[in-house]
Amino acid sequence: MSTAAPTAPARPRVAREIDLRAVAPFLALALLLVLGTLANDNFLSIANLTNVITRSAFIAIIAVGATYVISSGGLDLSVGSMVAFVASLMILFLNSGTIADPTTNLLAGVVLAIVIGALCGLANGLIVTLGRIEPFIVTLGTMGIFRGLTTWLSQGGAITLRDRDVQSLYRPVYFGEILGVPIPILFIAATAALAAFVLYRTRYGRHLLAVGSNEDVARYSGLPVGRVRTLAYVVQGLCVAVAVLLYVPRLGSTTATTGTLWELQAITAVVVGGTALRGGVGRIWGTVCGAFILEIVGNIMLLSNFVSEYLIAAIQGAIIIVAMLVQRSLARRS
Amino acid sequence: MSDVQSRGSGSDSAPVLEARGLSRSFGPVEVLGNIGFGLKAGEIHAIIGENGAGKSTLMKILSGHLAPTRGDILLDGEPVRFSGPVEAEARGIVLVHQEILLAPDLTVAQNIYLGREVSRGLTMNDRAMNEGAAEAVRSLGAALDPRATVARLSIAQRQIVQIARSLLVPHRVVIFDEPTASLTPHETEALLRVIGDIRAKGVGVLYISHRLPEVKEIADRVTVLRDGRLVATHASAELQPADMARLMVGRDVAKLYPERHAERAPEPVLRVEEFTVPGHAEAASFTLNKGEILGFAGLIGAGRTELMEGIVGLRPGHGSIHLNGASARFPSVHASLKAGIAYLSEDRKGKGLLLAKDLATNLTLAAVERFRRGIGIDRRRERAALDTAIRDFDIRTGRTDLLAGQLSGGNQQKLLIAKMMLLDPRIVIIDEPTRGIDIGTKQQIYSFIAGLAAEGRSIIVVSSEMPELIGICDRILVMRSGRIVGEVAGERMTEDEIVVLATGVETREAA
Repeated sequence: MSTAAPTAPARPRVAREIDLRAVAPFLALALLLVLGTLANDNFLSIANLTNVITRSAFIAIIAVGATYVISSGGLDLSVGSMVAFVASLMILFLNSGTIADPTTNLLAGVVLAIVIGALCGLANGLIVTLGRIEPFIVTLGTMGIFRGLTTWLSQGGAITLRDRDVQSLYRPVYFGEILGVPIPILFIAATAALAAFVLYRTRYGRHLLAVGSNEDVARYSGLPVGRVRTLAYVVQGLCVAVAVLLYVPRLGSTTATTGTLWELQAITAVVVGGTALRGGVGRIWGTVCGAFILEIVGNIMLLSNFVSEYLIAAIQGAIIIVAMLVQRSLARRS
Repeated sequence: MSDVQSRGSGSDSAPVLEARGLSRSFGPVEVLGNIGFGLKAGEIHAIIGENGAGKSTLMKILSGHLAPTRGDILLDGEPVRFSGPVEAEARGIVLVHQEILLAPDLTVAQNIYLGREVSRGLTMNDRAMNEGAAEAVRSLGAALDPRATVARLSIAQRQIVQIARSLLVPHRVVIFDEPTASLTPHETEALLRVIGDIRAKGVGVLYISHRLPEVKEIADRVTVLRDGRLVATHASAELQPADMARLMVGRDVAKLYPERHAERAPEPVLRVEEFTVPGHAEAASFTLNKGEILGFAGLIGAGRTELMEGIVGLRPGHGSIHLNGASARFPSVHASLKAGIAYLSEDRKGKGLLLAKDLATNLTLAAVERFRRGIGIDRRRERAALDTAIRDFDIRTGRTDLLAGQLSGGNQQKLLIAKMMLLDPRIVIIDEPTRGIDIGTKQQIYSFIAGLAAEGRSIIVVSSEMPELIGICDRILVMRSGRIVGEVAGERMTEDEIVVLATGVETREAA
């Protein structure tokens, strides 16, 4: 009962602890940069670093969406399959030649990918909220459905972008640069900036964090809880679509295994970035940092000879556990 | 220690548990200073004080949850240091927490024996545990199925389970932290009887409560804390509840309830007819007038909260609602808020506030669209609103960047009222407005409620504290088993009348 008096002086400690948890991923990133430099002289070169960040774009962008879902108290396991499904439909559309002009065709394809991504997210969200089913189960189901549909569309093989004109038009979106900055990096920055603005500065973001923090309080405060939760999955779907927009010009092809295990990498990036799995807190920039960390660890393993690169998945698995332990120990200092 | 200390009635035996010069600081702030008192075997010793007076800190120190900064705890005259609550419990000091700490998905017996399960070979001896649990619950004067899931029990029943769990270990000192805060008069009476039985077994009982008549009734001695200091220890025979309140607050609080406005002609704003919330409330009909404070009395489980939740769209229900003469339906809280009806939940911590978020976020949560600038939220206006709310509702917080969970119960309630008043509702439904709140803050909450009514708003107060309903309401409706069974007003607004209606039994001989 008498919490007022003792907590007043305890507050500075709480403030420091929260800061520490927000800063921890960036400290880890800095530490990795030092380690990488020690391991290989080429590591710290601009060329290598931009290359690494560029390659992290898919996971970083998907993980930004996952931050929304997770901070709303949900989970989306279907993102990896969703990438394959959306990319396949996009390529099939571009190949279909419905629109003769390559530029118009490509733009239509982009719009189509975004719409399909949003619809896939909407489906996840509606099944979770209207069906009142655990997000884990729902997205486990849709993960299978998207994967299965992709396999069926490709008949077990690959779906490849065939139109040369579209290819040459589209290629720079992944491989091009603006003012020396690779376009995928700009995509990451734009997606994260927009997502951070919406999450931290708008009414929807406030509602989302409230729902993730305590759904009852949100309901009793008159918030549209179902709509808020559903929209989080739509945001996730949109982020998947943006990732697809970068993925298609890179490889120009999808198979039944496209995006396999990306959901786990995305969740890892979110958690490493300092977002709590129980919801209520979302750290967009931490998530982006988490995605960089995953990619940089892989890169260091490739450049150095300490550890076999075949162990990358194992190391990434270890990272998520270590990140949780660090978070836990920081939380315990209160 | 304290020069006003007087010898209590009780026995002359040496204290079983004694505090000597106990102090506790958090950083530079001393929240407890130089506390000294003794608890004898076979006595009930009440500790009273306002929120922030240091009661809970003292209890936490005595039960091993906190270490004192200075001073000693003596058990049977020997200084002891507890490494934690487990050690204190092993030495026979058990604390019955105010908050209910049970696993809702486990059964009564599983909860009571959690962590000390009875085994038979490799498997658990469920039969022994169920029998033991039933016996433990029975010894507290209650009847509960040990196989019932805790999630299905009422708050009062859960409290019984919690007490049974605490008393399962051998104990010499039992500390009750506001055990009756959420109990109805009947349940309170039963619990006080149980505590009396514990005393009769020669156990020392430390009893913390805000309910002074109850303290007067059962305590042998009373120790009063104010601002972390011990004000006095008296035999309770020497004190009337009003004296206790004066010692706690440091000033006279005779006028707990505000003066009410003059009578005005009834002008109905809300008419509810034949409203049913399946499983909880049956065909409830009532009218709420402009500027009126309407009370809802009844036992816990009578369906008052559920009826209100049904009306504002938090639960499925059917029936007709007329708002200002026009038929209305509220499929969601959003709709009822929009129509100007605000509901403040009895469960402040679970349903009212986001404890892990800051004060401004909590304040504006329901009205956040009013703080928009473009598509973003205007933080500066939010902070200004917080400053206004802190001033208007006297929210006592040293700093404005605290989390809601760091406020005391009374200040949380003020914040919750401020949050809902941002929406400028014409009808305010407050469920258990002063549960777990000290007497000084209660007085303030009552005057806020009276002030809202004086502004022409209409108020519904749902409460299990009959004196409070009688003190502030114009009329009181009494519910029993989901039905509104009567209305009392004016001269007939007495505890006896309400109890008769609420229980359906004539409990007093003089009728």
